[in-house]
Amino acid sequence: MLSWDVEKRFGDFALVAKGTVAAGGVHAVFGPSGSGKSTLLNLLAGLLKGERQSIRLGQRWLADSGRRLHLPPEARALGLIFQDGRLFPHLSVRRNLTYGARMRRLAPAATPFDEVAGLLGLAPLLERRPGDLSGGERQRVAIGRALLSGAAALLLDEPLASLDQPRRAEVLPYLDRLRATNDMPMVYVTHAVDEVLRLADTITVLDQGKAVAEGGVAEVLNAPATRRFVPGLAEETVIDAQVREIDRVNGLVRARAGAMALALMGSGLALGSTVRLRLAARDIAVATEPPRNTSVVNILPGVLTALERDTEGRVHLDLDLGLPVRAIITASSAARLALAPGQPIHAMIKAIAVDRVRA
Amino acid sequence: MIQLTPLEQEALWLSLQVAFWCVAVSLVPGVVVAWVLARLRFPGRTLLDGIVHLPLVLPPVVIGYLLLVVFGRQGLIGGPLYDWFGISIAFTWRGAVIASAVVAFPLLVRAIRLSLEAVDRGLESAARTLGARPWRVFLTITLPLMAPGILTGVILAFARSLGEFGATITFVSNIPGETRTLPLALYSVLQRPGGDEAAIRLAIISIVVAIAALAASELLARRLRRRLGSAP
Repeated sequence: MLSWDVEKRFGDFALVAKGTVAAGGVHAVFGPSGSGKSTLLNLLAGLLKGERQSIRLGQRWLADSGRRLHLPPEARALGLIFQDGRLFPHLSVRRNLTYGARMRRLAPAATPFDEVAGLLGLAPLLERRPGDLSGGERQRVAIGRALLSGAAALLLDEPLASLDQPRRAEVLPYLDRLRATNDMPMVYVTHAVDEVLRLADTITVLDQGKAVAEGGVAEVLNAPATRRFVPGLAEETVIDAQVREIDRVNGLVRARAGAMALALMGSGLALGSTVRLRLAARDIAVATEPPRNTSVVNILPGVLTALERDTEGRVHLDLDLGLPVRAIITASSAARLALAPGQPIHAMIKAIAVDRVRA
Repeated sequence: MIQLTPLEQEALWLSLQVAFWCVAVSLVPGVVVAWVLARLRFPGRTLLDGIVHLPLVLPPVVIGYLLLVVFGRQGLIGGPLYDWFGISIAFTWRGAVIASAVVAFPLLVRAIRLSLEAVDRGLESAARTLGARPWRVFLTITLPLMAPGILTGVILAFARSLGEFGATITFVSNIPGETRTLPLALYSVLQRPGGDEAAIRLAIISIVVAIAALAASELLARRLRRRLGSAP
């Protein structure tokens, strides 16, 4: 477990942050540039010293301003992965990967070189120089270098932000595998919602150095109050659900989140595992009576809690289906059905329209 | 192949020796001073910077004279050095080394400092997070990345030492076999009537040595750049 409670000032700017990541968990720190995300990682890594700081990794204190404790970066065993990779240009990929083990004098048996090289697909790159690598390859090497340095937790500072879209798509699956296979706490700084959805369990949304929201990813991203700090998030609902039933014949999976049950298309899912789902608001239809003879698999009874018409003639609905879910319909449909808050409705969600963002 | 006369051989060999020792004694202090100037902020930094660069703007004769004052047998350092250890600096080849080292030092420091300032500090902090103490970061990251600049500084200092005349002749005079380097030998033959041919030969030797030094440095620099992973 990695936990922190820090404060750092630069002139008028002040970063105040507090958080905890469990072993094996991924905590996203989300916010626009200048919100203090990188500053937080530098504080955790010991590259910066906060006015007030208390940082703990498992049972070990890394910094505690009350006791004037501030371990230098080399003594913290936190692997920091930078946006720009920062590979050593004068060393081969192999020497970059083993740099941390050499500096910390780790026994070769203590560092899973082949395992990490395999996980990140580094075997063909080992004898090359950083200057000959593509951006995506460079980031994979940087991740491997941090993993092999004897790190007990990983700090990732926008590791995909400097890559173009194809390169991002190339590296993201590696990060996903890393998340799924290792049991270290990970802090993941980003300003891209898709990375949060794919990788993170919990999230802190930072704005101008202050946390404006924190908690589980689904809970924070669904909260109307925090949505304005999260550009790029479409009108949708994020749901973490548990797989309850698998219908292999039809390729259908039944999952449950709170009081809501949902069927979706899915293969390769294990019974009892958690899946993260996105429901696009425009893919959800409502009926005032139970619809019959329809192809729609999910017909969920619920209550319309609020509705609001926007300037473009669309009506945004807040539905309570056991979980709060958002829907968008045309103003003409809303008028035809005479929808009003408090009204019982049936929401219709096609199994095929349920988007799986994370297995 | 042109046969060198014993006098020419002597002057050439002495020049190379003086230049080698000039670089050898000033390299480590040069790196230290460059590091201090590039990385530390302290009161008196501008003063240190000025002192280091002074030999670049002072007439070499003045430097030679000041060295004589300091390192002469009655000098501030030269006096005790002779009285206690029997070591004399002035009028010896060791003095020639000191004279050219002082004159070449600003060139050395400048080149090393520029290369140090070009080193990405982000790489150094990355090395820290990977477990390297500051001293090891310097040895394993900073120093190798500075290598091209250090090489440039070394070549500049070596060349400056080969060409050093004013401070040397003032401080250690023009003693054959002891302090008579190539430029001093050239000066000597020019003082004699009919020394034109000898002067041309010495000039050609100087040019050949200079070109050889430049070629060697270019070769080394290319190899270094390849090792650092950038295009040649």
